[in-house]
Amino acid sequence: MQHTLSVLVENEFGVLSRVASLFSGRGFNIDSLSVAPTNEEGLSRMTIVTRGDDKILEQINKQLNKLIDVLKVIDFTDGSGIEREMALIKVTAEDESRAEVLRIVDIFRAKIIDVTPKSYTIEATGNPLKIDAILDLLRPLGLKELVRTGSVTIGRGAKGWKG
Amino acid sequence: MKMNGARIMLECLKKEGVDTVFGYPGGTVINIYDELFSFKEIRHILPRHEQAGTHAADGYARATGKVGVAIATSGPGATNTVTAIAPAYMDSIPMVIVTGQVPTALIGNDAFQEVDIIGITRPCTKHSFLIRDVKDIAMIMKKAFYIARTGRPGPVLVDFPKDIQVAMGEFAYPDSVEIRSYKPTVEGHPRQVEKAFKMILESHRPVLYVGGGVVLGDASEQLTSLARNLGIPVTTTLMGLGSFPGDDPLSLGMLGMHGAYCANMAMTHSDLIIAVGSRFDDRVTGKLATFAPHAKIIHVDVDPTSIKKNVRVDLPIVGDVRDVLTQMLKLTDKVKDKAAEYVSALSPWHEEISDWKEKHPLSYKSSTTIIKPQFVIQKLRELSDEDAIISTDVGQHQMWTAQFFKFNRPRTLLTSGGLGTMGYGLPAAMGAQAAFPGRQVITICGDGGVQMNIQEMATLVQNKLPVKIVILNNNFLGMVRQWQELFFDKRYSQTCMELPIDYIKLADAYGAKGFLATKPDDVEKVIRQGFAENGPVIMEFKIAREEKVLPMVPAGASLNEMVLNA
Ligand SMILES: Cc1ncc(C[n+]2csc(CCOP(=O)(O)OP(=O)(O)O)c2C)c(N)n1
Repeated sequence: MQHTLSVLVENEFGVLSRVASLFSGRGFNIDSLSVAPTNEEGLSRMTIVTRGDDKILEQINKQLNKLIDVLKVIDFTDGSGIEREMALIKVTAEDESRAEVLRIVDIFRAKIIDVTPKSYTIEATGNPLKIDAILDLLRPLGLKELVRTGSVTIGRGAKGWKG
Repeated sequence: MKMNGARIMLECLKKEGVDTVFGYPGGTVINIYDELFSFKEIRHILPRHEQAGTHAADGYARATGKVGVAIATSGPGATNTVTAIAPAYMDSIPMVIVTGQVPTALIGNDAFQEVDIIGITRPCTKHSFLIRDVKDIAMIMKKAFYIARTGRPGPVLVDFPKDIQVAMGEFAYPDSVEIRSYKPTVEGHPRQVEKAFKMILESHRPVLYVGGGVVLGDASEQLTSLARNLGIPVTTTLMGLGSFPGDDPLSLGMLGMHGAYCANMAMTHSDLIIAVGSRFDDRVTGKLATFAPHAKIIHVDVDPTSIKKNVRVDLPIVGDVRDVLTQMLKLTDKVKDKAAEYVSALSPWHEEISDWKEKHPLSYKSSTTIIKPQFVIQKLRELSDEDAIISTDVGQHQMWTAQFFKFNRPRTLLTSGGLGTMGYGLPAAMGAQAAFPGRQVITICGDGGVQMNIQEMATLVQNKLPVKIVILNNNFLGMVRQWQELFFDKRYSQTCMELPIDYIKLADAYGAKGFLATKPDDVEKVIRQGFAENGPVIMEFKIAREEKVLPMVPAGASLNEMVLNA
C-alpha cells in the first residue's frame, strides 16, 4: 500500500542523505521525495511517498524517528492530509492537436506557461491522481518532456503542524 | 582563553572524562598530535593499525561502560577505522571517532588523502558531524558524547578539517546539551510494565531471553534479582553472556545456532518469552515461522526499531532496561506471597528443563592424546581470576568460549557478536587492559583471526599491557571448515592455513613470551606459566584439528532441530 509521510527534520548537514540512505540501505522504496525549508528557521520538511505492508511502514516510521536529525514523522495515509503535486509538461502541439491540448488544459484548470509553433508547456497542479489523468490524455498527443515535483502534503483542519 | 581548534578538541575530551585515547597520526591530525605532545592529562596509545586502535577503543568501552575514543588521519587512516566502527555499531558500543579531514576549502576537490568518511560510515554510525567552524567544536563534541552513550548507544564520528584545528577560538564547554530531535525514551511505561508483570504471573513456562542490552544498560543486578525472585529461567545471547551468572541453576546458557540444547528447547516450549535488551537476531531465532510457536512475547528494549522487526510481539515496552526491570522488581516486592506461589507452581517447568539439561548437556569427547579446545576453555576458566576479562576473536573458538567459559559477570566478555569481525579479539583485549591495568585480560583467538591484527603485539609490549593471548591453533579457518565439512562434502576450499607459524618465535620477535602446548598434559602447565608472566604472552594450543562446535542449528532450520553430534 502507498503511504505519504511528512518528515520534519533539522536542516543539518547531510540530513537528506541520511534519510535517503536509510531507505536504500534497508530496501525500502521511495516513490517520490520532496524537501524544502519550512516557516521555522533551521527546519525542513520532507514529503516521502513510499510503499509497503504495515510491518514495513512501522519499521520505516521507527527508523526515521531514530535518525538524530528527525523531529517528527506523520503518516497521512488515512486521508487526514491534503496532497498536491505540480507537473511541468512539454507536449507536441501542431495543427489540429493545438486545440485539443488547450481543451485538456482548460478542463484540468492547468496553465500554459510557454508556447512555440510546435509545442505547449503546461503547468498542472493537483492531487497526484489528477496529474496522472492529465498525462494519460496528453500522452497520445506526444509528450516531449515531463517534470513532476513529487507530492507535498498538509493536514486537514485548523490545527497547524509547527515548523 | 584563546587556543587553537586542536587544543579545544583535547580540552573537550578532558571535560568528558576521557583518560585514554587510541590513535594514529598523519597529515590532517598532526596539529592534534602537536597539542597532545604537551597535554599530559590524556594518555595516548599508538596502535600499529587504525583498525586495531578503534577496536581497542571499543574494547575499552565494553569493559568500562565509558565512551571509547579513537583518532585517525583523513583518507586511509579514516577508512582503516571502518571495519572497527561497523562492529561497534552492530553491538551498540558507545564510541567517538575523531578523523582528520582536508581543509574545508579543499573538501570536494579530491584533495590528497581526502575521502568522504561521513558518507562511507553513514550506515554504520549512530550519527556523525563535520566541524565547519572553530566555534562549533565544543558543542559538537558535547553532542557527540551525549549521543554515543545515551539511548541505544553507538559510535559517533566527528570529522575535523585541518584548517579548523589551526584556527583560534575561545574554549567554553557547555554544561548541558539539548537536542530537540533526539529524546531517547528512558522510562518504561508503568502501565505496560504492570501488564507485563500480570502476563508473567499468568504464565507456566516463562523464559527470560536476555541480550547485550542488559550488559550495556548495567542492569545485570536487577535482572538477576528478578529471575531469582520469580524463579524464571534465563537464556542469554552471545552478547548477553555475563549479564546473568552462568553458574546459577536458573541459567540455561546461550541459545541459538550454537546454543545449549536446554535453552533452545525451553524457547520452543515456552508459553511466555520475556525478551530484555535482545533483538531476535536470525542466529538466535532459527527459522522464524517455527520460532517459539506457543509463546506470548514481551519485548523490552530502549530502541523501538528493535521491537517487532523480526518477530510478532504481544507486549512491547520501550525503555531503559534497568528502569523497566527495577519497576518489575518493585511490583514483585509488593506481592511477595503471590510471587512465592508462582515460583512453586513453576516446578514442573523447572523439572522439564532439568531433564533437558541432563539429557544433552554441553559436552565433548575428551582425549588423553590430543588437546580438545573445550578442555582448554574449561581450564582457562578454572585457572583465571574471578574478575578476568575475556575477549574473543571470531570463529569456533568464540563459540567454545561462549559455551564453556560460563561467564558470571557483566562486561567480562568482549566479543564481536553482530558483525563477527575477525581481528577483533587481540586489539579489544588491548583496550580493556589499558582501562584495567591490574586485571587479568585474556584474548582467546583462532590462528586465522589472530593474524589479522597480530601487529598489536608491539603495542602491548611497548605499553606494558600484559594481555594473555590464547591461540587455539587448528591450522584451519575452523568455523568455515566446519560448514564445508557439514554442508559441502568436506571440500576444504581455501580454509587450510597450510603454513605452520612458529608463534613462540613470533612472540619472541616482539619481545614477549610464548608457550606451546601440544598434548593435554601440557595445558594446565602452559596456562599457569602464561598467567605467571608479568608481560604479554602467547599461549598456543595445538588442538584437535577437525573438532566441531556443537550443538548446531543449521541455517534455516528450526531452533529445536539441533545437530547434537555429527
Ligand atoms: C574479517 C572476516 N573475514 C572473514 C570472516 C569469515 N569467517 C568467520 S569464522 C572464520 C574462520 C576463523 O578461523 P580462525 O580464526 O582460525 O578461528 P577458528 O574458527 O578456527 O576457531 C572466517 C574466515 C569473518 N568473520 N571476518
